[in-house]
Amino acid sequence: MSTYNPNFVPPAHAPMPLNGNNFVNGVQGSVQQQPGPPPGQQYIPQKQPQQFQQPPPAAAFPGAGAPGNVPPPQQFNSGITNQFLPPTSGAATPLQQLPPSTLPPHLRPPAANGPPLTNGSNGASSANSSRTASPRPVGAAPQYAQGPIAAALNNPPLASGLRPSPQPTHQSLANLTSNLENLNLNTTRANGGTSILPQPQTQQQYAPTVTQKDGRGVASAQTGPPQFNDANSLLAASGVAAALVPNAMATPFSGQKPPNLAPNPAKMFGSASMAGRPTPAGQRIPYGVPPPTNPEQQSQQNNNLQNAPPPPRVGAVWPPSLPNVAAPGAQPMMPPAQQTPQTYPYSQVYQPGPQQQPPPPQSAVQPPPPGMFGTQPTGAPLQYQAQAPPQAYGQHPQQAPQTAPGGPYGTTAPLNVAQQGFSRLWGQDTIDLMQNRHILTPATLPPPKVVLHNQFHESINCSPSIMRCTLTKIPESNSLLQKSRLPLGIVIHPFRDVNSLPVIQCINIVRCRLCRTYINPFVYFVDSKMWKCNLCYRVNELPDDFQFDPATKTYGDVTRRPEVRSSTIEFIAPSEYMLRPPQPAMYLFLFDVSIIAQQSGYLEAACAVLNRHLDEMPGDARTQVGFICFDSFVHFYSMAEGLNQPHEMTLLDIEDPFLPRPDSLLVNLKECKELVRDLLKQLPKRFAHTHDPGSALGAALQVAFKLMQASGGRITVFQSCLPNKGPGALEPREDPNNRSAKDVAHLNPATDFYKRFALECSGYQIACDLFLMNQQYSDMATISGISKHSGGCVHHFPLYQKTKPHMVESFRSCFKRYLTRKIGFEAVMRIRCTRGLQVHTFHGNFFVRSTDLLSLPNVNPDAGYGMQISYEESLTDAKTICFQAALLYTNSEGERRIRVHTVCLPVTASLPEVMHSADTEAIIGLLSKMAVDRSVASNLSDARDAFINATIDVYNAFKIAQNLPSGQSGQLIAPRSLALLPLYILALLKHPAFRVGTSTRLDDRVYAMDCMKTLPLDQLMKYVYPELYKIDALIYHARNSNISSNQDDDEDEDEPLPELPRLQLSAEHLDSRSIFLMDCGTLIMIYVGLNVPPDVLEAVLGISSTAELGDYVYGLPNVVSNENDVLKRFILRLNYDKPYSALVQIIRDTSTAKGQFTERLTDDRSESSLSYYEFLQHIRAQVK
Amino acid sequence: MFLPETATFCITLLVYGAILLLLIYYVLTLADLECDYLNAQECCRRLNFWVIPKFGSHALLCVLLLLGGHWVMFLLNLPMVIWLFYELHRQRRDSLGVYDPVDIHSRGLLKVHLRNCMIYLGYYFVMFFVGLYCLISSLIKGDPIKRYEDDEIVTDF
Repeated sequence: MSTYNPNFVPPAHAPMPLNGNNFVNGVQGSVQQQPGPPPGQQYIPQKQPQQFQQPPPAAAFPGAGAPGNVPPPQQFNSGITNQFLPPTSGAATPLQQLPPSTLPPHLRPPAANGPPLTNGSNGASSANSSRTASPRPVGAAPQYAQGPIAAALNNPPLASGLRPSPQPTHQSLANLTSNLENLNLNTTRANGGTSILPQPQTQQQYAPTVTQKDGRGVASAQTGPPQFNDANSLLAASGVAAALVPNAMATPFSGQKPPNLAPNPAKMFGSASMAGRPTPAGQRIPYGVPPPTNPEQQSQQNNNLQNAPPPPRVGAVWPPSLPNVAAPGAQPMMPPAQQTPQTYPYSQVYQPGPQQQPPPPQSAVQPPPPGMFGTQPTGAPLQYQAQAPPQAYGQHPQQAPQTAPGGPYGTTAPLNVAQQGFSRLWGQDTIDLMQNRHILTPATLPPPKVVLHNQFHESINCSPSIMRCTLTKIPESNSLLQKSRLPLGIVIHPFRDVNSLPVIQCINIVRCRLCRTYINPFVYFVDSKMWKCNLCYRVNELPDDFQFDPATKTYGDVTRRPEVRSSTIEFIAPSEYMLRPPQPAMYLFLFDVSIIAQQSGYLEAACAVLNRHLDEMPGDARTQVGFICFDSFVHFYSMAEGLNQPHEMTLLDIEDPFLPRPDSLLVNLKECKELVRDLLKQLPKRFAHTHDPGSALGAALQVAFKLMQASGGRITVFQSCLPNKGPGALEPREDPNNRSAKDVAHLNPATDFYKRFALECSGYQIACDLFLMNQQYSDMATISGISKHSGGCVHHFPLYQKTKPHMVESFRSCFKRYLTRKIGFEAVMRIRCTRGLQVHTFHGNFFVRSTDLLSLPNVNPDAGYGMQISYEESLTDAKTICFQAALLYTNSEGERRIRVHTVCLPVTASLPEVMHSADTEAIIGLLSKMAVDRSVASNLSDARDAFINATIDVYNAFKIAQNLPSGQSGQLIAPRSLALLPLYILALLKHPAFRVGTSTRLDDRVYAMDCMKTLPLDQLMKYVYPELYKIDALIYHARNSNISSNQDDDEDEDEPLPELPRLQLSAEHLDSRSIFLMDCGTLIMIYVGLNVPPDVLEAVLGISSTAELGDYVYGLPNVVSNENDVLKRFILRLNYDKPYSALVQIIRDTSTAKGQFTERLTDDRSESSLSYYEFLQHIRAQVK
Repeated sequence: MFLPETATFCITLLVYGAILLLLIYYVLTLADLECDYLNAQECCRRLNFWVIPKFGSHALLCVLLLLGGHWVMFLLNLPMVIWLFYELHRQRRDSLGVYDPVDIHSRGLLKVHLRNCMIYLGYYFVMFFVGLYCLISSLIKGDPIKRYEDDEIVTDF
């Protein structure tokens, strides 16, 4: 499963014919007869997830499920819920999930009619200020979103008190939460019409208030599209519940489940958490779900698992240390846990809600604005008690009832404590970094959610893994941005592999006439015939065939079009989008066969991998391949028809290279596969005994260019030494004695040859990819120019030796991924922004052809890009702004396609809101790219200073924004959103790209800088700040589950892995009795402490003592044991999002390889750099 | 002192005029690039082609003025020549010229170039009139229409 929201795929496509021609012809006739599909409309589902076509399980509804199971306690059950839940919350949820049209009128959800309600996570007035009032209904939604949570938390103790029938309570709650999940499903295929009616009596029994509310719904139920506003909030709520699940694994060594946890609550929690948490590949079920006793419930859980679309990253991370909350008797420490007093006011507020709705009272109210719902519960931080003393929690229950009449939202005199609670609720709380050194908590990790205004809040934004903005709220003017001192930009991963992507073929793609924006979910429909562009505000006409919904084959509702429902979409482009017929896949490989290359022996591995994966390279029947080898001369291989083995031709004149023959150097792969395989077998032997020290890379590139000129394609260059012959010859520039000097020279290219070449290539749609497998200095800075400006990619395997199996292994997996991954040819990408903004600077590998157009001769799924945004004019009039990235490319089957990503962000005028909405990871992504530019244009120390100054400026700005007293204090106050900034900045300063004082080879440094520019954000973060886990919990989990599910081996696969807390990269977390795992992206290091118990060693690594481990051990040994199995699955999960699986290295505590591990512990001080705390002190001293 | 004063100023005026025309061409080309009518590579190739001739002609002019002993004019021209020289030589080794197609769209460099061109235009425009004044003053310095001589003749009469 991707993190992609698969809602985009309406369910009814599957039966549609996949063959476009048939469909087009078949439909042409039927157009006249009735409103059938217009000509040329085609809808191709791509890898559509099966689950989404199934109707939701009937058991998911409380009305049907709970009473069916346990009929007698029904009354009792409802009594409980009425007492402790807000009455509406229990009933409103099942109602909402039904498509309104299928409900009896009095049961229609209020949200389905009239003006769209906003939910709590929305914050209608958030554009103005977090302190302004908001309409009452807005407040209502979060309240009943919170109801279930509160109840869920409250229930364990309750249940123990009400022993007679605890079961139904939990079950209904479990059902309820699972409903929430299904509800989300339903909204995604609201047009599917697969709904199940609950029994109306049950509904009324649950909540009389609902019917009262629904009376209003009858009037305007027909108008407007159904608004499933509450879906999000409820989903968030379920995520919230999940986040509060007692994390038994926080105490790994306890070795068993928390004893206090009654089985029933556990079940309830388990199912709730499953509903709310991302379940990639359907197997990330949290720990704490014991094997369900009730088969029906189990099936229901399974359904949830399968059906669950990866929900927004709400509550994705668990609080690390909440073991106490699990105990029924323990006083809960978290605000949402203050159930009883809090839910009361909520329900009271909620009831008057409907009457008050038309004129929303604009009283001065605590905001429910930028509902950072996801961060709410996890953010209720035990860690932040220094900031907000624990007494606050104790006072809250007493104060809440006093405010009950008006409700917390209605009071005009906001209480201090309440304010604190609310600012925490909305993710607007601040943290004193000096007091909280252990800052890497789940609360700080998830990116802030983008919350939009009413109009669009249900439109699904582009997945943050594809496009992310450094600020989730855009300051309305440049001066405001300058005040915040934050960089504004986007980081984008446009060609990311996604599992489900709606693909559309239509005759005319609807675009704005003026700015050529593609229609997207955030446009405004003036009426059914007109739409207003959200980027340039021009009103455009809609073509008639846009009225047709290909999913349901009905006319009339434009909002059901996939273009309007999904902000990531792919169009199959008609012929207007082609300047020439789509090119075939063309691959040319350039091998360095000089003596250094032969010594490293890369050619064997490369040819072997190539030979094995020749058939898996993307391409159709026209695919062509060619091979060129070069040392001091250039060797060509002709594989013409009729030859029974490839012919070699050697070009001696490298100063003025030419092609020895016009044809059969690039050959059709299908026709000449045998010859190609033959050649690949012979090549390593052919040059095995060469003694030529020369490397005429320039000449080889020039002939390669001549070869590819006609069609364009991909040139893959393998280089293992400094090119020293012919055009483009270079001289060694690095001074090996100066590798740890303060100032690093020669970060710039030495000659313009490679850049010029790349630009020429870019004009002919040729991309050059570079594999540098060097033994010595090879001037990566200069050579990588061929990839940088031609849209290629660079891979670096320093000191590659065929005798080092781990290097060979990682090269093989990297090269395999390289060969078999998707590829887009002759691509261009255009970034459009709302009027008033413009792209200022681009980062990545490409050539900027015009102000907003990137020329990408090849685009690959592992390339990320960054853009800095600047203001052209102020955005005062705009409520939202949008960025749209459109990638036009030819896929390997020769089809022209356009992939469009749109992201929409609210605009705000308030400085604190801007600061609170910052997205630290995206900021780090952008800052690192800017720093690379700075170090190349100026020098490294400038870039390092810029990092530190940026951090200081941000906290200075925040101090001003919060009106904190100026001058020194013992505190360093940071908004939660920016709490991790110093941590990451420090890691960047110690990164090979930017560090000084530690010996770093120039090539490695340049490669690291290149990675900063081109890695997509998720990989970049692992590269900058590796993930450190203590895996004892896994081991003990494996042991326990071993006992419980020994008899059933099949279930082992589906068994959930516990969610491990991430540790900060400091040696203070290390423990000689434990095993640690550090995920650095392409390398996973397993650090084995000295005193790990032998049985653990035996089970995990198959050794009896650490002494048996060598200094350099790679790969996880195969041991038949649960522990080993669990660890493998955990690594598999870590590898899930990576382009290729990481190499595993096992490091003994006393091994000489330990330095590799410890140098990545960036929070600790080293001889030449500060520790995290010292760095904080430095920052604090500078913040005035 | 190997050229008569008037000839020097004639050349000056011609150089200024040519550079002015060239700068107008620059502005038009950059504006084309800004409006996306022109490929960055094509645009930079065209502009870079004229960078050396522009600098060379101005430098020659400076030498000419210096040799002619026109100190004021020389000092007025010198800053521009130094600036152009600096612009040529501050490029990195991999740069493709003063106008680099790779960079021109980033960091607002296009705007910087346009602004620079406008400043050059203003400078050369002013200098053009200064040159014109010099030319005219040098033309009338020797009393070419012999008014005073005529007067003398008349008074002699």
